[in-house]
Amino acid sequence: MYRAYDGRVVIKQLNLKVREQQVLAVIGPNGSGKTTLLRMMAFIDKPNDGKIYYKGEKVDGSNAKAIRGKVTMVFQRAVNFNKTVYKNVAYGLELKKMSENEIKRKVMKVLDLVGMEKFADRRSKKLSGGEQQRVAIARALVLEPELLLLDEPTANLDPKNTLEIERIINEIKKRATVVIATNNPFQANRLSDRVVCLLNGRVIGEGTPKEIIDRPRDTRIKKFVRGELV
Amino acid sequence: MALSLSMREFRGKRVIKSIFTALIGMPTVALGLILYLLYSSSGPLGPLHLLYSPSGIIIGQAILITPIIVSFTVSALESVDPEVKDLARTLGASEGQASLAVLSEAKKGATLAVAAAFNRAIAELGVAMTIGGNIYGYTQVLTTAISKGVAMGEIMLCIELTVVLLVIVFSLTLLTNLLRRD
Repeated sequence: MYRAYDGRVVIKQLNLKVREQQVLAVIGPNGSGKTTLLRMMAFIDKPNDGKIYYKGEKVDGSNAKAIRGKVTMVFQRAVNFNKTVYKNVAYGLELKKMSENEIKRKVMKVLDLVGMEKFADRRSKKLSGGEQQRVAIARALVLEPELLLLDEPTANLDPKNTLEIERIINEIKKRATVVIATNNPFQANRLSDRVVCLLNGRVIGEGTPKEIIDRPRDTRIKKFVRGELV
Repeated sequence: MALSLSMREFRGKRVIKSIFTALIGMPTVALGLILYLLYSSSGPLGPLHLLYSPSGIIIGQAILITPIIVSFTVSALESVDPEVKDLARTLGASEGQASLAVLSEAKKGATLAVAAAFNRAIAELGVAMTIGGNIYGYTQVLTTAISKGVAMGEIMLCIELTVVLLVIVFSLTLLTNLLRRD
């Protein structure tokens, strides 16, 4: 894939495969193209060049809508509608015209999973950053996506909330394929089955967390893991 | 119109937004005069017989308040987190549904826009007087009735009508504030 914004190339010659039922961590310093990659995988942005395949099927105008329904994304900064936690989580289900009882059952179940069931009637925007991020994850999870994209879900969170989000991600990976973008290599090590490292819109390394984070061969990845490349 | 101006990119968008903003300050007397020339029997809209008719006033006031609603609503929509639309789309919303989600986030500002526009329309004098002609029982509105009452020295009637006008304006403001509360 290739993607540029206003003449600035963000993703170039990127070729990546996400394996089903695994957690793929996309690591890399700020500006390496992680968010852009996830936005293209979520079909928010289109690549200027290149193709996306979903389970071997080329994504195009004829099947994009159906495939988009199987993929959801959680943004780096918790974006929430100015509604209650319950209504936020129910939004996607309401679009599907599900019955109220079904929506309630699903929403409460997923709120329980993220530890937010007691906050159902609270307004999302009045919650803390960590709580808002948990609502955002619940809202994505309630749709039971096959592929869940998490864009730096713990950025700007305190250690307690980070651990809570990581606990939730460990729960999620039992039921969906997960791609998590993070600039924290240790978090990638804790959560993922495979790691891909981006730099300037290119893949500079791909492998198991051990290969990429514990024993990196590439000097640029070594620098990134040591915190010398941010 | 506000949704298009805030969410779509097209040539001349800035100019159109500037025109709407500039028209907010349009003097009602000036608009009344322009419409009078258009509505009069020798004007291009003469055959429609809009002069001295309630329809003529309604059209005039709609023109008067459209820039207020559009400009304020555009401003409210542009202050919504730009990721809200993307968020709605990732949750399965169509383009229209995603736009509605953004509009819903801007509803406080949009409500204020409608309230401000209503207050502007009900309190204006220039269009109603020039286009309506202040015909009792037909095109006379509160403001023109008050104006006529002052001219004829019917001060008590004017005070009563002013109280009615103020009650309407303040009630609407109160209702707007209630609607804008979380």
